[in-house]
Amino acid sequence: MKIEPISVTELNRYMKEKVAGDEFLNHVYVRGEISNFKNHYTGHMYFTLKDENSLIKCIIFKSYAEKLKFMPKDGMKVLLLGTVSVFERDGVYQIYGKAMQEDGIGSLYTAYEELKAKLEKEGLFDPSHKKPIPQMPLRIGVLTSNTGAVIRDIINVSTRRNPDVQIRLLPVPVQGEGAAEKIVKAIQTMNEQKLADILILARGGGSLEDLWPFNEEIVARAIFASDLPIISAVGHETDFTIADFVADLRAPTPSAAAELAVPNKQDLILKLQNLENRSKIALKKKTEFMRMRYEKCMTRRVFKEPMQMIEEKYLWVDMRKKRIQNAVMQGFQRKKGSAMEKIAKLDALSPLKTLTRGYSITKLGNKVITRASDLKKDDEITLTFLEGETKAKVL
Amino acid sequence: MEEKEMKQELNFEEAMKRLEEIAQELEKGDLDLDQSVKKFEEGMALSKKCNEILQEAEKRITILIQEDGEIKEENFVPTED
Repeated sequence: MKIEPISVTELNRYMKEKVAGDEFLNHVYVRGEISNFKNHYTGHMYFTLKDENSLIKCIIFKSYAEKLKFMPKDGMKVLLLGTVSVFERDGVYQIYGKAMQEDGIGSLYTAYEELKAKLEKEGLFDPSHKKPIPQMPLRIGVLTSNTGAVIRDIINVSTRRNPDVQIRLLPVPVQGEGAAEKIVKAIQTMNEQKLADILILARGGGSLEDLWPFNEEIVARAIFASDLPIISAVGHETDFTIADFVADLRAPTPSAAAELAVPNKQDLILKLQNLENRSKIALKKKTEFMRMRYEKCMTRRVFKEPMQMIEEKYLWVDMRKKRIQNAVMQGFQRKKGSAMEKIAKLDALSPLKTLTRGYSITKLGNKVITRASDLKKDDEITLTFLEGETKAKVL
Repeated sequence: MEEKEMKQELNFEEAMKRLEEIAQELEKGDLDLDQSVKKFEEGMALSKKCNEILQEAEKRITILIQEDGEIKEENFVPTED
């Protein structure tokens, strides 16, 4: 069997066509670590993806490189989507990348979103469950690392606001394996032994992975179950962890958490003084008002000349008395006058009066005779005179 | 000890709130003089109590160290790093 030689170009072209015809190689999704990363001035990215045993060259052209959500660098674990193709000139095959993301981050985001939605549905973020932050907590419990800027910032801000502040630090790891469990335990210990009046749960800034313990369900549930109010201050102002949503109050930074937890002593003293003064002024006003009323009252005549009123009453009684007397007298006089008149009238009409003038009354039996025709011969009649009477016989 | 301090802490807020109410009531001037004096005395007592609570505390920054389930408290000075 005779074999005809072919050129290198022909071989590489053949390989290229073979690879291009393979559907699987047209859409690969590869996990690996970046090395030899070069961000070329043309905008294309050149690098190598490797794992423990193997490596492959990769290129991302400018049009795709522009769409990446992060800047790749050596050592970064990534997931690369692209096409495997042969570069004829060098006789190498490589991945032509179209999209790339950081490995692990995607699943963390999904887990974060899922847990957030779940706890929100359960009501763990509900404002009705938020405990009020005490105005004057005596002891501030701080859960954070005992090294680094966070605890220092908290102590500095707290001491500035209240020189006599009492802080109890219960150190906890704030990242890595087992951190969440230790944070949970610390929250429980502070609660069980009532070691503080309020808790600050704090951590400095970091990557999503660094902050991860504060996105774990057990931490969220421990915060929710805490009887002590919890202020969370995890990461930078722009980082929102699940712990922040469950906490009774979220502070953008550890320093801000200290400001929220520690009352400004001077402010409180001033407030107390102000309330005292307000009360004093109000009472003084009230007393003055009452005194004025009293004084005004005492200037009244009844208090100044109490006898005058009695004298006035006497006068009044006297006047009434006189009026009654007058009324009675007048009535009597009037009646007396009318009686006299009637007596005079009666007197004038009295038969006795007539008799004094020489007239007499003629009676037959008991009947007074006023007409001569009422009498007949031999009637025995009685004649009454002013003084005495006599019998007579009609002739 | 723990219980008592918790109570005092609560009292500070309650006392402050009550003191505010009293100041407002007095300022309104609706109360008669007897009531005003009583409220005023109550207010002054509350203010005194709040001041005592404020002055009572002494600076104490400690670290809690857990050893065999026991908690030890030691003074804490943050390290420079």
